This record gives sequence, structure tokens and C-alpha cells, in this order.
Amino acid sequence: MIQSFFNPEIIVAAMPIVLAGLFNTILLSLIVVPLGLAGGLVLAMLASVKSPLVRWPLMAWVDFFRAFPPLVLLVLLFAGLPFAGLELGGFACVAIAFFLNTGSYYGEILRAGIDSVPHGQVEAARSTGLSGLQAMGYIVLPQAVRNVLPDLLSNTLEVVKLTSLGSVVAVPELLYQARQAQSITYNPTPIVMAAVIYFLILWPLVRLLSRLENRALAGRG
Amino acid sequence: MSSWDRFTDTFFNAKVMAKYWPDILYGVGVTVELAVLIVVSGLLAGLALALIRALAIRPLNWLIIFIVDLFRSLPPLVIIVLIYFGLPAADISPSGFVSTWLSLALVLMAFAEEIFWAGITSIPKGQWEAARSTGLGFGQTLTNVILPQALRLTIPPLTNRTIAITKGTALGTVVAVSEILGMASSAMSNSYNPSPLMMGAAAYLVLFLPVVVAGRWIEKKFAWKR
Repeated sequence: MIQSFFNPEIIVAAMPIVLAGLFNTILLSLIVVPLGLAGGLVLAMLASVKSPLVRWPLMAWVDFFRAFPPLVLLVLLFAGLPFAGLELGGFACVAIAFFLNTGSYYGEILRAGIDSVPHGQVEAARSTGLSGLQAMGYIVLPQAVRNVLPDLLSNTLEVVKLTSLGSVVAVPELLYQARQAQSITYNPTPIVMAAVIYFLILWPLVRLLSRLENRALAGRG
Repeated sequence: MSSWDRFTDTFFNAKVMAKYWPDILYGVGVTVELAVLIVVSGLLAGLALALIRALAIRPLNWLIIFIVDLFRSLPPLVIIVLIYFGLPAADISPSGFVSTWLSLALVLMAFAEEIFWAGITSIPKGQWEAARSTGLGFGQTLTNVILPQALRLTIPPLTNRTIAITKGTALGTVVAVSEILGMASSAMSNSYNPSPLMMGAAAYLVLFLPVVVAGRWIEKKFAWKR
């Protein structure tokens, strides 16, 4: 059991490979999370436009990308686009696919946050002479983000976990590197190492979330 | 041939589609089967864990919290790979289908337990005391008084989470499950044409778009009163 899942020799040998993967996982997360947040912010701000010409396409866009499994989107970009003469690397495909997917999720969350801020606040801000964008940036958004912080964190956790899909399109992130090490050593120890690393990194966030969520739901009973 | 014709000939090739649509349909069947199994077993296991946690046996609760945290922290694909490629080293060789089912059911169980538990704890303690003082037992109080109120609160977050995890069935393609994406990918490499992939994508939209829209509706209908 120890020999096949926690083999010390293999742990030592595979460590540099797995750590290189961890580095790429962090890099990927640092690219995808801000991209998704920015996209979500644009979607959420567009949602406050009342015109049906904006509203309906926006809702369709968000629901479309929430209905699409991220892996399908990724494979579509990675394996489908080359037929149209457009060959993007695995890294770019992951970034684009997850930008579209998580942007929609972040968008929904931020929209709920903006909705939770009473409209009188915008009117008060506007009447003091702030422009629409200033009112949004200085008055509405800080409160909106505060109100949906648990959901934002929870989605960020999902995004970091999602980067493991990069392994399917040969992006050398944590899971991919672990599987490479596994196929070299004929031993599943590297995959266990990857799992332990994911757990150690994400556990504090899960604990924090669990507290925040419990408080949120309990407060509404 | 105009570029538009070339585009449709590549991505929506009628001949290729006619040949491979039964494959995609078969994939839809497998995806639905997998999704139903995951939702039923994951939700039931999550509810069971939340009920056990309500018994307030300390060591047991620590174990439950650890299991829940574990499956919330690990990416689903890592769990699938671990079960499918790892367990054979311990002389257990689950199929790709079983690996995917087990992994996603465990993930859903973890999230569902958290949500059910939050629902149960959201009911004021006075309700427990009132129910018990009328002579109801612990089990009766739980099923007749607490759960009916708690479950209503859990419906919106539970719906969203269940939809998100069910979409994970596409991960099965990594361990050779013949669900939609798997069938579409192999049809694509056999025909050297991306039309099957477009059909697969369309199949996912047909399956999940109604679910997402229904989820939006449920979220509104059961929204918390502020």
C-alpha cells in the first residue's frame, strides 16, 4: 500500500516535476481569475441597462456559457478551431474557455450583488454630482462585492480547481505533470502527491467559505 | 466554393453528421444515465451525512467535516484520475464509468452535506425544544418539524451546485467513458472532421440549457425573503 501510493523514493524523484506543475497551476489561476472577474464585471454592469436590446442577448450569453461544460468548450477551441485554420496553444485555449465560462458565473454573482444595493444609493450619489460610472465604482460596487463575497470566493475556488482541465490539452499544470511522472514511474504516487498539494492549498479557503456560508444561510432562516 | 460553403462543409458536414448522429445519441444516453446516478446517490449521501451530523457525536462529526472539506478542495478531475489510474495499484480496477460516477457523487455529497447542514442549523433552536416538549422524539422532530423548513431554504443553492457538478460528466471522457464528449471526440478523429464535435456541443446545450433556465426560475421562486 505504502509502496504504491506513498513511495518515498518516487516522492523524491517526482517532486521537481510536480512542483513545476504547481507553478503553472498558480500562473494559470493568476491569469484566469482576473480575466474572469473583469469579464463578469462588464456583464454585471451591462445587466443594469434596462433596454431589452441589451438584456436579452446578455441573458442568452450568460446562460449559454453556464450550460456548456467547460471541458467541452475547451475541446471545441483546442480540437475544433484548427479546422478553421486557427491554431491556438493549449494555454491560450484554457485562458479563453475559462474566461468565457467563469466570466458568466462571476457576472451572475456580481449582478446579484449590484441588485442587493438599494437604488436610492445610486440616486443619492448622482444627486451629489457623481457620474453614473463614478456612482457605480465608488458607491455601488464596494457594497455589492461585500454582499456577495462568499459567492465570489466560492467561484474563485472552483476556477482554481478548474485549471486541472488544462491537463486534457497538454498544459503542463499540476495534474498533467503528476500524470507524466506517473507514466514514467509506473506508480500512482505522483497523483497522490498532486491531490495532497491541491488539498493543502485549497483547504484554508474551503474552511473559510464553510464558515461564511453557514453564517449567510443561518442568518436568513 | 465560397468561404461560407467551406465553413459549413467543415463544421456542419451533412454526410459526416448523418453517419455519426447515432453515436452522439448513444453518448447522450450514457451522459443522462451517469447524471441521474450522480444526482440521486450524491444528494442522498449528502443528506445522510447531514443527518448523522445532527446527532452531534463529536469524533463522527470531525470525520464528516474532514471528508466534506476533502472533496470540496480536490478538483473532480483529480479524483477521477486518482480512482481510475490509482486504485488498480491496490488491485481494484473500477471502470471509467464507475470512476466518474463515484468521483462526482462524492463531490456532490460533500457540497450537499454542507448545504443541508446549513439549512438544518438555520432553524431556531426553539423549534427543536417546542417539538420535543410536545412529546415528539428526536427522529420525529427532525423529519416532521426541522427538515420540511430546512429543505426549502436549501433548494436554490442545491440546484445550482447540482447543475454545475452534473456538467462534470464530460470529464468522463478522460477515462474513456463513452458519454457525449467521448463519442464526439472519437467520431471526430475517425472522420477527421469537427462536425461530430459541433453535434456534441449542440447535444450539451439541448440537455443543459433547459436545466440552467429552470435553475434560474427555481432560484427566483424559492428566493430568501430579505
